[in-house]
Amino acid sequence: MAQKNFAGISVDVNDEGYMTNPSQWTKDIAREIAKEEGIELTEKHYSLLEFLRQKQAKGESLTIRSVGTSGFIDIKGFYQLFPGAPMKKAAKIAGIPKPASCV
Amino acid sequence: MKKLLILGAGTGGTIMANKMRNLLERDEWDITIVDQHKTHYYQPGFLFMPFGYYTKHDVVKPKTNFLPFGVNVIFQGIERIDATSDSVHLKDGTLLHYDFLIIATGTRTAPEETPGLTGPLWHKNIFDFYTYEGAEALAGFFKTWKGRELVLNIADMPIKCPVAPLEFVMFADAFFTERGLRNDINITYVTPMSGAFTKPRASKVLGELLVQKNIKIIPDFYIEKVDNEKKAIVSYDEREIPFDCLISIPVHKGNPLIGRSGLGDEMDFVKADKYTLQQVEFPNVFVIGDAGNFPTSKAGSVVHFQADVLTENLMCAIENRPLTDKFDGHSNCYIETGFGKGALIDFNYDTEPLPGSFPFPGIGPFGLLKETRTNHYGKLMFRWIYWHILLKGKEMPIDSKMTMAGKKM
Repeated sequence: MAQKNFAGISVDVNDEGYMTNPSQWTKDIAREIAKEEGIELTEKHYSLLEFLRQKQAKGESLTIRSVGTSGFIDIKGFYQLFPGAPMKKAAKIAGIPKPASCV
Repeated sequence: MKKLLILGAGTGGTIMANKMRNLLERDEWDITIVDQHKTHYYQPGFLFMPFGYYTKHDVVKPKTNFLPFGVNVIFQGIERIDATSDSVHLKDGTLLHYDFLIIATGTRTAPEETPGLTGPLWHKNIFDFYTYEGAEALAGFFKTWKGRELVLNIADMPIKCPVAPLEFVMFADAFFTERGLRNDINITYVTPMSGAFTKPRASKVLGELLVQKNIKIIPDFYIEKVDNEKKAIVSYDEREIPFDCLISIPVHKGNPLIGRSGLGDEMDFVKADKYTLQQVEFPNVFVIGDAGNFPTSKAGSVVHFQADVLTENLMCAIENRPLTDKFDGHSNCYIETGFGKGALIDFNYDTEPLPGSFPFPGIGPFGLLKETRTNHYGKLMFRWIYWHILLKGKEMPIDSKMTMAGKKM
């Protein structure tokens, strides 16, 4: 298992840089991963990340569409927070596995 | 009499009706299957229709041809499932009770989810080929079309047969080359994924194949709407891609009855255990195929492999034993690459498609993750196998569990 150092903490990551153990996640780690993705995290980002982590913990499917219809944020807003590839970037920063919906 | 009720007489429902009728005693078990439509479509054949390779007779047969004697068949719409009282309400008011229920209601394309998609250009310059009507309309359009921008867009994942869009653009490359029009036509593959396919190694191989065929890939494009006036697709991050002919793979959803019954996720796919195929809340309800929220391909091969597991687990449940079989996510797809060649991929939940030979290690006759003529004949042969062996629930020489034998890491 590969390790990566974020905010002075060593965390387990896969070869695409996704954390493999969501319990190692902290807000500081999120900030550092976000920096690598060119995103400056705001409170709005953090509340969405927490929301995604909760959904993931419950085993719910995570797709752009499911997040966009959850009532928490719409798809346009999701794109504004995480430009380019919102689901992939948000999952990476939230310390959860890359959504398996892409099959 | 005990009752097994099957909802949906497509690939999954038909296979299960055949398998379970063979296993359950006729004087103890009543089996009923319900479907709103009388026609069985060979859906993999829709891909071949726009290019005139297949016609109606290749892909359309009556459902009753494939259902066994001793199964009650009801052609009627389904209003909702009331899983708390083990019953199903049909559209005409009929109430059916069950001891065990198999949900095989599939998935449907939902073009209405994308604004503008079914606007003025629908079936004029915008086509889908995931429905019989769309594939047929496109066949007519391609007969006279001269170019220029041919754009294929996948609206969202999951979709049925995730390789079909790739096959489509490779067929289009061959089709227009043979007609001497290829130099006048740009083919663009626009996908919400990061590459040509979902799994890394297959994505690389298939991506390179597209490049060789001069097909442009635009990744990470998540469509918001179609601008009918400008003839362009627009993404949520405001990129625009103009088209003269748009091939859309619309958003896929489960049957609305799943939502009405409270058994599904936000896309109306039934929430089910990906290993046991049991619905998450109701132990006497099972799911097969596209109707479930399983994280594997929505494809006939998956249904076929799941059918073995479901048969085993349903018998366990009926006999009050713990469920012993586990579905591993096995999927197996022939990929048409045009000019009489094809590729083949074989994978499951944990193992991505790898190169090698299939089904016999070192021998084949099929080659994994590479282009061969034999693979193309495999795909053509499959139509016969589908109608004559697969739907009838007969044994095939391929194990429902994926094997690493013959695969190269």
